Amino acid sequence: MAVLRPAGDFDRSYQQDMSILRKPWHLLVTVLAIGVLYLTPFLNSAYITFTLNRIAYTVIALQGLNFLTGFTGQISLGQAGFMLVGGYASALVSTYWGLPIWLAIPFAALATGGVGLLFGLPSLRVKGFYLAMATLAAQFIIPWLTRQPFLADYLGGTKGFIDVPTATIFGVSLGEQSQFVYLSVTVMLIMTVLANNISRTRLGRAFVAIRDNDLAAELLGVNLFSYKLRAFFIAAVFAGVAGALRAHSQRAVGTELGYNLVESVLFLGMLVIGGLGTNLGPYLGGIFVILVSDFALWFGPRLAEIFPSNAAALQSSFRPIFFGMVLVLFLIFEPRGMAHRWTLIKAAWRLRPFAR
Amino acid sequence: MSSDPTILSVENVSLSFGGNAAISNVSFDVRQGEIRAIIGPNGAGKTSMLNCCSGFYRPQKGRILYKGNGLDQDVTKIPPHNIASLGIARTFQNIALYTGLSTLDNLMAARHIHMKQTMLDSMLFWGRALREEVEHREFIEEIIDFLEIAHIRKAVVGALPYGLRKRVELGRALALEPKLLLLDEPMAGMNVEEKEDMARFILDIHERRGVTIVLIEHDMGLVMDISDRVVVLDFGVKIGDGTPDDIKSNEKVIHAYLGQE
Ligand SMILES: Nc1ncnc2c1ncn2[C@@H]1O[C@H](COP(=O)(O)OP(=O)(O)OP(=O)(O)O)[C@@H](O)[C@H]1O
Ligand SMILES: [Mg+2]
Repeated sequence: MAVLRPAGDFDRSYQQDMSILRKPWHLLVTVLAIGVLYLTPFLNSAYITFTLNRIAYTVIALQGLNFLTGFTGQISLGQAGFMLVGGYASALVSTYWGLPIWLAIPFAALATGGVGLLFGLPSLRVKGFYLAMATLAAQFIIPWLTRQPFLADYLGGTKGFIDVPTATIFGVSLGEQSQFVYLSVTVMLIMTVLANNISRTRLGRAFVAIRDNDLAAELLGVNLFSYKLRAFFIAAVFAGVAGALRAHSQRAVGTELGYNLVESVLFLGMLVIGGLGTNLGPYLGGIFVILVSDFALWFGPRLAEIFPSNAAALQSSFRPIFFGMVLVLFLIFEPRGMAHRWTLIKAAWRLRPFAR
Repeated sequence: MSSDPTILSVENVSLSFGGNAAISNVSFDVRQGEIRAIIGPNGAGKTSMLNCCSGFYRPQKGRILYKGNGLDQDVTKIPPHNIASLGIARTFQNIALYTGLSTLDNLMAARHIHMKQTMLDSMLFWGRALREEVEHREFIEEIIDFLEIAHIRKAVVGALPYGLRKRVELGRALALEPKLLLLDEPMAGMNVEEKEDMARFILDIHERRGVTIVLIEHDMGLVMDISDRVVVLDFGVKIGDGTPDDIKSNEKVIHAYLGQE
């Protein structure tokens, strides 16, 4: 989308043109931003570290869903279900095999990727709405399985959760939210690099080709089934990593803690708000929705104090109504997502003072 | 190249849609290195014919042998995603670009079959993936220069004007490095200047790159000018086949075109 660049801003090689941090100052800003993330625990704010952890695993789950839905155009209603698989996988190998967290997360990623492949199989035959139904099946079957009595010893059965051991890295415990931030931010950065690489190479182009014109893509040599399966696999791998992070940061995993259809739908909503099929979308959408919903959660009781006669109603309904309204307004005024707005702002800045 | 002068041999092909015959028992051949035109009134079955040749439609009867690799490969039996690697590329009557991608990425996407990087290479983007992306970018840039679309290199193609989109689509077909290029009305809906540009590109591709071309076109003057041989279809039946001069004097063809008015 970088159609216009100011005069004098040119690349000396194709490699430079392809790279994301094209200039020294790009690198500087990135390093500073990352530095700030790693320093947040010193702010001593429980809310900030807790939120940063939530943002990290949400962004990763969104990045995965973005490949399936945003890039490849296959709507999925199962991302939260896949996260549950990742959470359990990581918890079980930590508990029973004693795997350290840096091995448990990749294991969870691959295990979830395998489950994703399985639920991607219907994409051979069905498209669009019908495929969404198939992913819905994942969203029902996986949580249902975790509550089955015959797996209760391992997955918690009707209790709906199991405890997850504290993660340790190099012997340092990450039991506190403020300690866990280091891990979740690191993993989020790694996944971001992977996601960016996918989107600018052969794999990512094949995904978008399928989304924009599957018949043309096929005649240009893209094996539709194989690449849709890859999209399912990658979406599930990211969900697996996200689930593992979530399980270890919450120190528990199971259907009692969510991972339900509402979450899966919310993920789609976040992605639409942030910008489907963009690399920035998962960040913008995830952060925005989490902060807005936290605000609503905080503001509802405040309002209840001001209007005591309606206190009960405000307590229970303010958050969903406010939140729903923000989403609707967003869809009306920014249907292409925040990432699109960001590119417009960047373009306007480059064209200053000729454009407003 | 191979001693057989035929690159594509269409043999007794019939195609129907739920009882409506779109093509009835049509045979013709395409010789290595020629420009072969397919003409005919609207609804004659030209696009359907091209769709069969590119593996997009499966005819109920007949076969289409592709000989570009020194073998007899029956296009009607090969999965669509393997057609490109035979050396067959095409453009579409209604432009079928990847609208959300830039010009550059549309062309790069067509390098898919020529790239070897795996899923893991793509994720890590070093070594093979990085090398390949640069190499293929160089290849693509040559096509971009040739088609004079450097100024829209990074523009999202969905927003481009019609004439340019047609040109990008031609570029995407070229990026496959085809031996046989199937063009469905590449000049339809263009003004005279754009048509001249397009004709020049097609002739250049034919001469400089030695690509065999099958062309559907309604502009008779242009067809007679640039093609070596012409097939004429009418209501799914072949009514003429020969050099432009043969076709001009073919009674059936004259009748089909005049009878249309
Ligand atoms: N997918 C399809 N389903 C049903 N009928 C079809 C389909 N494709 C083509 N046809 C029919 O087959 C016949 C030939 O159509 P085709 O598109 O091949 O004609 P054409 O020669 O390319 O015409 P034009 O010059 O208008 O592009 C038409 O009667 C058309 O309605
Ligand atoms: Mg046609």
